[in-house]
Amino acid sequence: MEQGSTSATPATSAAPSAATPPGAAPAVAGVAERARPGLAERTTDTLERSWRPVALLFACFAAWWAISATRLVEPYLVPSPGTTLRVMGDKAGYLWQHTWVTTYETLLGFVIAVVVGVFAAVVMVYSSTVERTLYPVLLFAQVVPKIAIAPLFVVWLGFGIAPKIVIAVLIAFFPVVISMVTGLKAVDPEMIELSATMGAGPLQTFAKIRFPASLPHLFAGLKVAVTLAVTGAVVGEFVGANKGLGYVILQANGNLDTPMLFAGLLVMSVIGVVLFVLVEIAEKLLLPWHASHRRDAATTTY
Amino acid sequence: MTMAEETLAEPAAARSGPGDGAAVDLDDVAVRFRTKKKDVTALRQVSLSVAMGEFVAIVGPSGCGKSTLLKLVAGLLRPSAGDVRLRGEAVTGPRRDIGYVFQRAALLEWRSARRNILLQAEMRRMPGAEARKRADELIDMTGLRGFEDAYPHELSGGMQQRVALCRALLHRPPVLLMDEPFGALDALTREQMNIELNRIWRETGTTVLLVTHSIAEAVYLADRVVVMSARPGTVVEIIEVGLPAERDYAETMAREEFSAATTRIRRLLGAASGAE
Repeated sequence: MEQGSTSATPATSAAPSAATPPGAAPAVAGVAERARPGLAERTTDTLERSWRPVALLFACFAAWWAISATRLVEPYLVPSPGTTLRVMGDKAGYLWQHTWVTTYETLLGFVIAVVVGVFAAVVMVYSSTVERTLYPVLLFAQVVPKIAIAPLFVVWLGFGIAPKIVIAVLIAFFPVVISMVTGLKAVDPEMIELSATMGAGPLQTFAKIRFPASLPHLFAGLKVAVTLAVTGAVVGEFVGANKGLGYVILQANGNLDTPMLFAGLLVMSVIGVVLFVLVEIAEKLLLPWHASHRRDAATTTY
Repeated sequence: MTMAEETLAEPAAARSGPGDGAAVDLDDVAVRFRTKKKDVTALRQVSLSVAMGEFVAIVGPSGCGKSTLLKLVAGLLRPSAGDVRLRGEAVTGPRRDIGYVFQRAALLEWRSARRNILLQAEMRRMPGAEARKRADELIDMTGLRGFEDAYPHELSGGMQQRVALCRALLHRPPVLLMDEPFGALDALTREQMNIELNRIWRETGTTVLLVTHSIAEAVYLADRVVVMSARPGTVVEIIEVGLPAERDYAETMAREEFSAATTRIRRLLGAASGAE
């Protein structure tokens, strides 16, 4: 008799969870669908977030302008912002041409550094023999001051684009390798075991679990690497070049043409900032799920 | 038993013989770990046979090698001595004809609940339409409906564990291995998950090996409860629970068989850890 009563009751106890009819509109208690915020709302949101850094930038310009306007420093040492901007406007073609060269070298160096760095990291993570062999060499390549060996590359590779790219690669490579190795090693070991019970081969595990899981770490490295790549390209231009922003700055310095020097510096910083922002945008598009981008995702109280 | 055979969706798994009764068979198994400074014996002289379609719970003090036991069955670890057989076949490497659930849900952060469940299908290269249909079935069965497009960080611990359970059941594994699956959940959610697991077990006919710290959970869910000693772990006693397969939670708790079994296990565990 007791058997009979037990078999009758579970049906009711299990009912609440199983009651949702399949295929029905997902009406979950306490969850209300809401429309996406409109364009106006998003614009004010963006402004709200971005006015502070813009204001700080303007404050810096104002301070610079005040210093040069009150003649605290001689104009041939620090030109006024007005003069600098005028030079940028007047010599836009000349600056643009050299900016393009530096950007090109930076990007090429960065891309090569990423490809080689990611590949080296993957090989090192999958083979401890390779890791033990390669790590000291990598570290050595990193601690040698790139500026000190830059002239050597000019001797070896000439005045063309090659030595700039080599230096950019050398300088940007290290953060990529380190971040990728960390990322690949930070994968949940249970996830790897689970993947083994799913019958996944090493390639599948890499493509579906290890690689995506390492991307947040990789992007941290990429952001460092892309700014360093600019430095690398300019260092390459300093030691021997007839084009590029490094050459522009060196020329301007020799001619005591400080407005042009400052213009070069400004453009160079802009390249770095733009590339950094591009990497950050790529990160946001590729990793919307990562904790660092959840600021205004779904869960806030209201 | 026939139910367990019927649930085999995979032709690759189906060819592995008749299974002749035992889903899992451990024969005088020992596991020793070697670390830099010491050798640890995790398991010794463990023999256990689990029939097809049976629900076996394993309880024991912390660090007695319960999880190690499951990893042996899954082929994630090799025994130092003895034989491990899964459905009549010697286990030599990671086995695909199982479902595995860990204490932590171990979900991929960048996949929605449904796509986390479907990972199993992708890795196994199961036909897409069939896998999606099965995923829908499981989503309904575990009460995940309405949350299937949520990302893991938007789900509660209980919901995450449901997703992990769905993922483990997607390919209709003949054997389900669960390593403290509800250990990180609060008491209420845990009870509810127990009720659901009992129902899912009855509906699927899967053989289940469950490692747990909760004596009540073990007795409520299992046909037999394996009680293990502290390290080096070995089987102290196997207790037949003797409750019907279909169990109402509150009513089962009040039954004599239930209290007899829990009392017996408590006494054994007290003695087992006291002996150390």
